[in-house]
Order: sequence, then structure tokens, then C-alpha cells
Amino acid sequence: MMVIPCPFCGPRNETEYTYGGQAHVAYPENPDALTDEQWAQFLFYRDNPRGSYAERWQHSAGCRKWFNAVRNTHTYEITHVYRLDQARPDGLPKAPLATKEVGA
Amino acid sequence: MTQHQNHHGGRLERGGRLDRDQPIGFTIDGTALTGYAGDTLASALVANGRLRVGDSIYLRRPRGVLSAGVEEPNAFVRVNGEHNESMLPATTLELRDGLDVTLLDGIGVLDDRPDRNEYDKMHVHADVAVIGSGPAGLAAAKEAASGGARVVLFEQDFELGGSLLSDPTITVADQGALDYVASVRAELEAAPEVTVLTRTCVFGSYDNNFLVALEKRDDVASAEGGVSRQRLWHVTAGQVVLAVGAFERPIVFSDNDVPGVMLASAVKTYVERWAALPGRDVVLFTTNDSAYETARCLTKAGATVTVIDARPEVKAATSAQEGARRAGLTVRTASAVVGIEGSEGVTGAFVASIDDAGQLAGDAELIACDLVAVSGGWTPNVSLHSQRQGQLAWDDVLSGFVPSAGVKNQFVVGAGNGTYDTDDCLIEGARAGRGAAAAAGFPASSSADGGDAVAESAEVWRARQHRAAGTVRPLWAVPAPDGSLDTHFVDPHRDNTAADVLRATGAGMRSVEHVKRYTSISTGIDQGKIGGVNTIGLLTQLLSGNDTKAIPSGQPGQDAADAVELTASGQPARRPTPGTIGTTTFRAPFTPVAFTALAGRGRGALFDAARTSPAHSWHVEHGARFEDVGQWKRPWFYPQEGEDMDAAVARECRAAREGVAFMDATTLGKIEIRGADAPEFLNRMYTNPFLKLPVGKGRYGVMCTVSGMVFDDGVTLRLADDRFFMTTTTGGAAKVLDWLEEWSQTEWPELDVTLSSVTEQWSTVAVVGPRSREVIAKLAPDLDVSKEGFGFMEFRETTLASGIDARVCRITFSGELAYEINVPRWYGLKVWEDVAAAGEEFDITPYGTETMHVLRAEKAFPIVGQETDGTVTPHDLGMDWVVSKTKEFIGKRSFSRAAFTEPGRKQLVSVLPLDHTLRLPEGAQLVEPDALGDYTGEGLPTAPIAMVGFVTSSYHSQALGRSFALALVKDGPTRVGQTLLASFGGKFAEVEVREPVLYDKEGARRDG
Ligand SMILES: [Zn+2]
Repeated sequence: MMVIPCPFCGPRNETEYTYGGQAHVAYPENPDALTDEQWAQFLFYRDNPRGSYAERWQHSAGCRKWFNAVRNTHTYEITHVYRLDQARPDGLPKAPLATKEVGA
Repeated sequence: MTQHQNHHGGRLERGGRLDRDQPIGFTIDGTALTGYAGDTLASALVANGRLRVGDSIYLRRPRGVLSAGVEEPNAFVRVNGEHNESMLPATTLELRDGLDVTLLDGIGVLDDRPDRNEYDKMHVHADVAVIGSGPAGLAAAKEAASGGARVVLFEQDFELGGSLLSDPTITVADQGALDYVASVRAELEAAPEVTVLTRTCVFGSYDNNFLVALEKRDDVASAEGGVSRQRLWHVTAGQVVLAVGAFERPIVFSDNDVPGVMLASAVKTYVERWAALPGRDVVLFTTNDSAYETARCLTKAGATVTVIDARPEVKAATSAQEGARRAGLTVRTASAVVGIEGSEGVTGAFVASIDDAGQLAGDAELIACDLVAVSGGWTPNVSLHSQRQGQLAWDDVLSGFVPSAGVKNQFVVGAGNGTYDTDDCLIEGARAGRGAAAAAGFPASSSADGGDAVAESAEVWRARQHRAAGTVRPLWAVPAPDGSLDTHFVDPHRDNTAADVLRATGAGMRSVEHVKRYTSISTGIDQGKIGGVNTIGLLTQLLSGNDTKAIPSGQPGQDAADAVELTASGQPARRPTPGTIGTTTFRAPFTPVAFTALAGRGRGALFDAARTSPAHSWHVEHGARFEDVGQWKRPWFYPQEGEDMDAAVARECRAAREGVAFMDATTLGKIEIRGADAPEFLNRMYTNPFLKLPVGKGRYGVMCTVSGMVFDDGVTLRLADDRFFMTTTTGGAAKVLDWLEEWSQTEWPELDVTLSSVTEQWSTVAVVGPRSREVIAKLAPDLDVSKEGFGFMEFRETTLASGIDARVCRITFSGELAYEINVPRWYGLKVWEDVAAAGEEFDITPYGTETMHVLRAEKAFPIVGQETDGTVTPHDLGMDWVVSKTKEFIGKRSFSRAAFTEPGRKQLVSVLPLDHTLRLPEGAQLVEPDALGDYTGEGLPTAPIAMVGFVTSSYHSQALGRSFALALVKDGPTRVGQTLLASFGGKFAEVEVREPVLYDKEGARRDG
């Protein structure tokens, strides 16, 4: 059981939270301008690193707020939590999803 | 049982941690015996001269008590009672009055009678968790607690003290060992934030220092009824100190499983802790110094001891060998026990000299004895460390795997870290306790035990450990005079021998993980505590000559860098070390845990929360049968006297179509949406437009995922310009609220929207049927219920005749004229009863979910999760009309993907079995009529048969007088009029494809 520090409530058990996948994946400005491949890239493709990963969580059984966390996918250690309107605090780049090509 | 048992020792007159004023009677295999308070079952058996336990699991060889702890591979019992409990090690079973046990032959049987005991769960957040209460654990807990940290000390035994219980005569921190234990215990129990848990085994260690422990409470539970028998502790610890000790290894030699072969440390424990002498004429076979303590205590207890030491002569005057000789013992060096005389029990040991390579160097000599105590070296108990993928390294001097780097926020101390000297354990434990307390923010107040003065480097500390451990000469397998390995038991519980390991390597197994699976070594109840390292050691011999680089290492994190030793000539020796081979993976549980303890109180009615509507009691009184919808208990149908389900549903359907019926719709999810941007928000969430929905009206809407698949549906009312009331499917309420919240917070934080779940705030009654208007008119006299005055998809706020304020809507999920009365939940039962009373003159009929399903299916209203499965679009359901072509909404871009517009998508149709009485099973596959070929339904077809669709809903229609079904069929609308074959359970039936709506296609019944 991980203890996740909600930026609004403090540390709470993992069971109070809902996982929301990779953070900083912006909804495309103009979906109609995208090719089917680009749209599929947005829909279905996410990073899967071993190590630090910025991801979204919702404190669904608490304050119901969404926030971001940086978690080490190997050790499960959560090194940062931050509000949605804050930049990724560990200086790591945001996932450059839109520039990836399908099948690359 | 057999004659030789009379030779065994029995209870000593003095000593032991026993309450001799409190004799305890117990029964084993029908024989009444006596022990004392403080005994385990095993110590009481030893004291009664009974080392012999059940037979082995496969080979049916006689077995005896081998150990004195959780690693026991032989002495298993079933405890008989109202619910028998099997496979409990006698070595950890606390003796209690009236205990009735049966010896088992290595395997138990689950009792199929229910276990009526209570099992609880406990949750604790600790600053420091200390696991193990030997000298290192006690020192750690004492230091950690001194600064006020919340400390939990776990001890699996029923007494604190660990190894000190077997060393009562030594001095610890200037006191007697047991006085030290008592004084630390008193100190800990006096500290307000400290919890001391005995009989509590930490069996799992997980990420984030999450520990799971099982507390056994038979001592309290039997004395006071109503107390839970076991507790499962969920512990989140800031810092963890592992002080979990080490296991002594047996030695692998011929017939090493005969009753009377016992671990040397266990012999000492039985003598010192329980004053129980396992034998009077003892051959003590050792590879190291530690067993000389056993020799000393046996001699003191009056036994004769012959020491067989595998090591050559150590000339130093301080050597353990010299000390034993000075004490009058016979010590034979460079020798080994190579076989056992006796089968039901040891009557003698065959002893021979061994050379530097471990080969026999002379004939075997028989030494008469009734006990062979063995010490093959020590294995630090690294299970909890390794469960966290903590690294291990093989230490050749210590002859064991030792943690090489701590897991973050964990400390490993004492014998579990290869520290075998008691004073060193105190130093190491205290240092860890202080470190843990400081890291947890509660620096220790004391600086006792001088730990800080010993601030050695890791290398210096390792040298200290090596000095304390002395010299170890591991013997991975002692050759037998006849060369056989067939009774060299490596894993006694699994009945696996050195010959089995040899077979595994002969079959090409190289990885220790493969050898484990090939032989089943370490898969038994002790999970390799007895045989794990001996197997690895054996592999170093059997795999000599192989290229060690070809040996895959064991658990990740182990270092294979020491693979090749250089010989004097500079050539690689090609002999793998245990470190090269590595260990198998350690997994929870460390000791067995009953499922009933994991379940706790979450059984039966407490397995899940049950949600009921305010009118639930009425439904029960009126004979409703219920079905579970999510956590809700919903009335399924209301059978009357003599009715089966079909008859009841037919009657309910008839009432709704021809008269009036009512249904409890309270379970629908309800969400209030407020804010200046609420219309814009809904307009983006739903596929159809909501901006211009007027106040006082409702609209059916469909929500899709971003990938364009139907996600949920329901009717939303506009209560005010900035206020909406959304209904969701019964099962979808929570996920829809989460979904709305996600978009509101993460994508459109600029929109002024607030969301609240109001499912529990409202109670809803659906009044349905051509005569529903008359019932509503009686209930709500202030309401203009005329067709013109109260249109479809409108709602009115009104006060009912009862004085209760209600929101009445004209919504239908059956196609009939229908109303929904929403009232605050508090009035739910009252309003339901009022509807029943008002409708009585019209023979109003309650109906359940089954009738609801039939009615909506006749109208082809889909149910999300039944007609949809996450791959179905609104278009697939024939609901193009609900998808806006102009506005932007979630999922829109996906609808123009090629996969959505190409032919071959499964789309909603109805299918009518040609046999009007045949109700197709939901999920039945639909195939082309000529697709079967020669397949008759027997067995499997020779080639796959292409499926064109499947049945999603299937019922008998009272209105149509026949069976019917809804189905998703490839290009369904183009197949209307065609015949398909339904395939189910090896049978086939012809069905005709029809348009989805089968009843009242023109919608004439909606307005009554
Ligand atoms: Zn929160």
C-alpha cells in the first residue's frame, strides 16, 4: 500500500486515490487538423519508462481534486506531487507525445 | 511408539521458561500427555521422549522433529476442533489445555466445515517498525523508542528474546540475558507510543515500507469468547529495522532424515528454553563453532556428547575444539557423519574421516547414539529484505547470503545481517534504532550500549562479523560409503534429495529457479528455509566445470561478478560460487497464512456494502426477489402465489403496457451540476447539444469516451439557467462523476462548474402505463397532467397531496406514458406507499428490473454495459440522431476515423428465433446459415467458423407473444430480413434479423 501525499489533504492511503495515467498529455488544440494516426497517437500511446514518471492522480475518496505526481515506476517512490497548474518540478521534460510517430 | 524412545532424555528437573505449577494436558493421536505452560507442542513432545512425528509426504519415511521454529519441515499437526486446522508446525504451536492434535504425514486436508471464529484487521502507521526481538531487535526498539517515536515491535514467538531464550546464562548489558529481556520489555511497555506485539509474524514486506503481519490470539480468544482469533496487521512504517535472525542449516548426508537427527541449535533451545532433553547419547556433527554451545549445554544436562567436526584440527588454544576437549568431550576433526543406523529412530551414527576435498578418507565407524545434532552453518533470514528486492551477496567466511545494501528506509541488523556475536548484535541494533528514530524525526534521547563509539566502516564491521563467526567448512553433500545420494535429503518436506538435484542438472537445468521447479525443492511449507542454501551449495559442486557465465543468476539484484576464481596457474577454476548461482525469489508470505485471516470480517453479508432504497422494506414485504446491480439490491420481480419468474414478469409487463405499474428507480445515479458554464460543460460532455435546453425540460443524452465509444447515458433536467440534474445508469454513477470531474478539473479549469453527487439525496418512483396519468392526477392534485399541459420530457415542481414537495418528470424507459416522481430520500417509502394506494383502484402493479429490461428491449432502448462493451459507438446502436454534426464534444474526432466509417462494424438489430418459444442465451454467437459445413455441434469444428455477431439481450415478450433478442451483428441494418444461425452450447437455431424496435415503432403510446 503506497501512501500518496495529496497536495491538498496530506498523506493518505493509496486506496483513496484513482489513477489517471500519464500527466502533461495535452488535449490537441484542433483534433480535426490531426491525421488518424496522430489522433490515435494521442488516444492510445503513452510513455512507459523505468524510472521517474509524471502521472495524474485523483483523490477520489477525499477532496476529489486531481493533481500530478512524479513516481519512480521501479521503486514506486513518489518524489513530487504538484497542482495541475504547476510545472513539472523535477526539471524533467514533459513527454513529447505529439512528435512521436506511430510505429517508431 | 517404538522401543528406542525410552532411551530419549525427557524433561530436566530444573530450568527452562516453564511454569511448572501449571501442567497442561493435551492429546496427540489419542494419547494423553502433559506439558507445562510455556511449552510448544514440540517441546512437550521432546520432553515426553517423542521425537518421532508423522511420515514424509511422498516416500513415507519416518520423520522426527528437526527444528525448534518456523522452518520446521517434518512436525506438522492437525488441531482438531469445531473447525480443524491442518499443517501447523508443532514447533510454533503454543501448548494449551485440551489441545487435541493429530500428526500429519507432510500434508493436510482443508476442513470443509465453516470456520466460525472471528478474524480482524488492524491498521497502524508507525514511525519505526522493529521486526524481531532478539538482542539486536530489543536494542533497536529500546533506542528507537527513547525519543518518543511511535514504535511497533513484532515478535512471532509468544515470548520476547529471540536467541536469548536459548542462551539464558549469558550476560547481556551487564545483566542476565532474561533480565535484560524483561527490563527492555518493561521500558517499551511503559512508553506511550510503543506497541509490543508477540505471536505476530510479519509475513510480507511491500513498497513504501508497507508490512503485513499476522497476530495469533488463541491465548486470549479461548479465554474470552467474542475476541477475534487472529488479526491481520497492515502497517505503514516510516523506518523498518529487520532483526529477524538466522536459520541453522542441516547437513546433507545419507539417511539424514531419520527421527533423532536434529539441528544443533534446536537441541540447545529445547534444553535451555524448555528443559527438554532430546537425547542422552549425542553425536554432534558440525561444520562450525556455534554447535559447541550445544555440546556444552548437553554436557551440563547430563548427556554424553561426541563431536564430529568437519574442519581440520584448529591448533589455537582458544579454539572451540580445544575448549571442548578440556571439558572432557571427544572431538573428532576432519570427520563427518556419513550415515545413520536406525529407521524409526537414531540408534547410531556412522562416522568417517574426510579429506580436504570432502571425500571419504577411511572406513566408517559406528557410534551408538540416540540423537545426532547437526550444524551445517547459518543462513541469515533475508526473506523480508529480499521481498523488497534488497541485494544479497555471498560471504564465503560467513558461508551465507548476507544483505549487501539496505533497502531505502530499512536497516538489517543482528544474525539476519551475519552478525552472530550477541554484544555486536546489541551495538548494531542500537545503532539502527537510533538511525531509524532520527530519520523518522524522533532522535533517540539515550546513547546507551556504546553503539556510537563503534563507528566502524562497513569493512571493519564485516571483519568483526567474520571473527565472531569463526571458521566454517561447508559440506554441501557428504559422500556415502556406497556412493548413493538417494537418501541425502535436501528438502525434507518435499522429500527431495541430492539425487533429485543431480537429476535436474543432468537434465540440463542450470538456473537455481529451474532446479527449484524441476525438483520442487523450496516449494514446500518452509519455502526453502531448510533446503534453499544447501541446494545452491550442491549446485556449486554439480556445476563445476561448466562455464559459470552460462549459469543464469537467481533473484535480480544479486551479484554474479565473483563468478570465476583464479587458480594459482591463472586459469579460471570454473567452479561457481553460491553467489554466482544466486537464490530463488523470496515472496510473501514468510510463514503460511490462512485465507480466513486475509478475509477477516469481509465474508458473507460483510463481503461488500449493500445499498438499498428507502422502499426496500416494502419490496421485501411484497415478496420481491432481488438482484445485485453494483452494490444495489434492486427488486428483480415480484412473484405472487404460485408464480414462477416467467409468469410474474409476464403479469408485470402486461400491467405496464395495458394498465399501470410502478418501479423503484431510486438507484439511478444522480449528479447536480451548477455554475455559469454548466450548459457549455454539458454541451461538451454529451454527444448531443445541451446549450439551448430550456429550464423545465429534460433531454436524453449519450456520453462517449475520447475514442468515441458509448460510456454512459441518461436524462438530464435543466432546473435553472445555471443548474442541471443529471441521471446516470445505476452502475455508472461513480465513474460518471469521476469522468465529469476529470474534464472539469484537468482540461477545462476555466469553466465555472461544480459537481455534486445527489444519488443518495433523492428517491424516485416510476409510474408507467396508459393509466399512469390517472394515478399521478390523484397524487399531485395541483398538477395539470393533461397531454397539452405536461409534455413529454418536461418536469414540474409540485406539492403532492401528502404535502411532500416533489419533482415530477415525464420520462419513459418503456415507451408507455410514464412519470417519474422524485422526492427527498427521507420521504421515499411514504411516497412509494402513496403511489401503491393511489393506484390500487387501477390495479397498479409493482415491477422489477426484469420487466424493465423486457419493456425497454421491445423498444430497443440499449443498456450501457449490456448492448455496449466499450467498442460500440452511438452509430452502432442506430442512434445517429444523438450525435451532433456541428458542435465539438468528447469523442467527436474519433467518429471520422476510418475504422468508424468502414463496413463490418457490429450494429444493433433485433433477432427473432423461428421457434417462438426459444429464448436464446445472451452471448450466443450468430453465424451465416451456411457457415457450419459438416459441423454438427459435437466437439470442436475442424476449422474456425466466422462469427458475424452475438446476442446482447434475450427475453420473452408478453406484448409480442414470443421470444426475441437484441444483437450486435456486422452491418446489421443491411441484413434485415436475412436468416442467421444462433450457436449456443453445441446447438443451433435459425433466427431472422429485424430492425431493432419491435413494439410501437411509431411511438404512439408515449403520450397515452
Ligand atoms: Zn485530497
